[in-house]
Amino acid sequence: MRLNYPSNVKIVKVPCTGRVDVLLVLRAFETGVDGVFLAGCLEGECHYLKGNLRARKRVEYLRTLLEEVGLGGGRVEMYNMSAAQGQRFAEVAREMTGRIRELGPSPIRKSMIIDKGGNK
Amino acid sequence: MMKTKSRIEGILAAGGFVVTSECGPPRGADPEVVRRKGELLRGSVDAINVTDNQTSVVRMSSTSACVILKEMGLEPILQMVCRDRNRIALQSDILGAAALGINNVVCLSGDHQKFGDHAAGKNVFDLDSIQLIGTVRLMREEGRFLGGDEMKVRPMLFIGAAENPFADPFEIRARRLGKKVKAGCEFIQTQCIYNLDRFERWMKEVVDLGLAESCGILAGVTPFKSVGMARYMKDKVPGMDVPDELIERMRGVPKEEQAAEGIRICVETIQRLREVPGVRGIHVMAIEWEEKVPEIVKAAGLLPRPA
Amino acid sequence: MIVGDRKPLEELLGRISPYKKILLLGCNECVTVCAVGGEREVGVLAAELRLALGKDGKEIEIREQTLERQCDHEYIEQVRPFVDDYEAILSMACGAGVQYVAEKYNKPVIPAVNTTFLGVTNEQGYWTERCQGCGSCVLEETGGICPIARCAKSLLNGPCGGSSKGKCEIDRELDCAWQLIIDRLGALGLMDRYDEVISVKDWRTSREGGPRKRVREDLRL
Repeated sequence: MRLNYPSNVKIVKVPCTGRVDVLLVLRAFETGVDGVFLAGCLEGECHYLKGNLRARKRVEYLRTLLEEVGLGGGRVEMYNMSAAQGQRFAEVAREMTGRIRELGPSPIRKSMIIDKGGNK
Repeated sequence: MMKTKSRIEGILAAGGFVVTSECGPPRGADPEVVRRKGELLRGSVDAINVTDNQTSVVRMSSTSACVILKEMGLEPILQMVCRDRNRIALQSDILGAAALGINNVVCLSGDHQKFGDHAAGKNVFDLDSIQLIGTVRLMREEGRFLGGDEMKVRPMLFIGAAENPFADPFEIRARRLGKKVKAGCEFIQTQCIYNLDRFERWMKEVVDLGLAESCGILAGVTPFKSVGMARYMKDKVPGMDVPDELIERMRGVPKEEQAAEGIRICVETIQRLREVPGVRGIHVMAIEWEEKVPEIVKAAGLLPRPA
Repeated sequence: MIVGDRKPLEELLGRISPYKKILLLGCNECVTVCAVGGEREVGVLAAELRLALGKDGKEIEIREQTLERQCDHEYIEQVRPFVDDYEAILSMACGAGVQYVAEKYNKPVIPAVNTTFLGVTNEQGYWTERCQGCGSCVLEETGGICPIARCAKSLLNGPCGGSSKGKCEIDRELDCAWQLIIDRLGALGLMDRYDEVISVKDWRTSREGGPRKRVREDLRL
């Protein structure tokens, strides 16, 4: 289909959004990403029955964690779409990129740059 | 033979009909508040309950307020809750109350402190109400403390308790009263009665269990000041059963006549309660409305009180 | 099991603020089962701390370590080789574990968890209290439901007048323990037990008798 979506979106493939653990997303933020969105199957159409529903709950929980640490809960989002909705994926990627751009770069990355390479 | 000098015991023993009311002590050290309330009730009731930090809000101690009433020549009933004192303090206060000439005690578990002004406090509940009844009985009848030691002068208190015929589970409410009687309870003041049909069902069970003979049941009533209060009692007070008809009846009269309607309902309730087999008296809880008690008692045909 | 709650991040950030190198200790027992202080929660807390401090340009070094148990001597010994590399220990165990770690090492030990109760897993993600460890069990008399732990007033001869439609007066979500007891006694055909007055409790076996200990001479070395 050759659809365009913002080139700054990096895709991490998982077999199901149910695989996405809270820690996985936190690690992503620790490496300095500005935002994370999960693109799960449509609700009610999970091949593993409840994977995408669990993912949604974890995103909610992640939001509270990101609020707690001060990065802001808006940097994480859950979307649902079917594998056939490439158009929708591109749209969501643009929407999320726009939202994150408004929030600005993650303060983690800023401090990583100051630290010249990380906090590990 | 009379076990105590209690006026309630005397009236019950003589086959009379008891009228009690209550006085909530002030949230301050002013004895005049207690005296004023006592004066309002003088001549209209046989004895006056003094609440013990009711709804877990700090007030003048029940014992102190009882003594103030006693000094006025009135008959106080000391309410004691298990929430704030362990068995050492409870027994000590029982001795103290008896020494100060208090003749009646009502043993209660007490409202949870969650409802009061010190929700962060630690509760005690070393004993429950039934165990407290048993403790007073042990001290009075056997002259012993819970720990087993004997005492020389026993606290001669007439022992009462409360019971809520409307709380759940309904099927054990009369049996629970049975446990209180078994523990030594001699009179009961019930929760406010609005649902008379349900009260009568409970009362029949109480009579059938043979409890009404050994224990004087005083039926509790509280007049509504307004339809708002009636709604509050129905919706917000745990274990209260206010039938919709009563709410409708209160709502049906203009605001300025609601207080009078509330009194009328209360008087009619008392008149019906007097006919219920086993009921030996009335306990009028006019919350911060003590001045209406004489009017209610008079209208219910309960005056004059026995000397 | 012992159930707890994670302390709020803000409180923990305040407590660890004097330190730059922290040993974050999880526990593989109860707090793992109730998802408050196991390996996963250690990972999440470490990430949270790094993110919260990192966003302000502050550095912290956290070593994540989860012990089999923090209430047993031999497991706490496992951190001895490297404990001195850290300025403070942040423990995600229950209060017992935190104290045992504190006894062992001459380091500030900070609790990351508020220990709340002895309870059960009703369903995943939902735990409720069952026992207060009073030291003299009456469950046989009360249909297997503890009035001390589950009645808000610990009444041995309940229910009080605040029981309404099966719920407790202090919280309409909370089951009235005495309603449960009565239902259970009824189902077991043991309602007669209800008529027995349960006499005053001997609290000496409980915390009231002072801190408790248990000794099995036959097991001691």
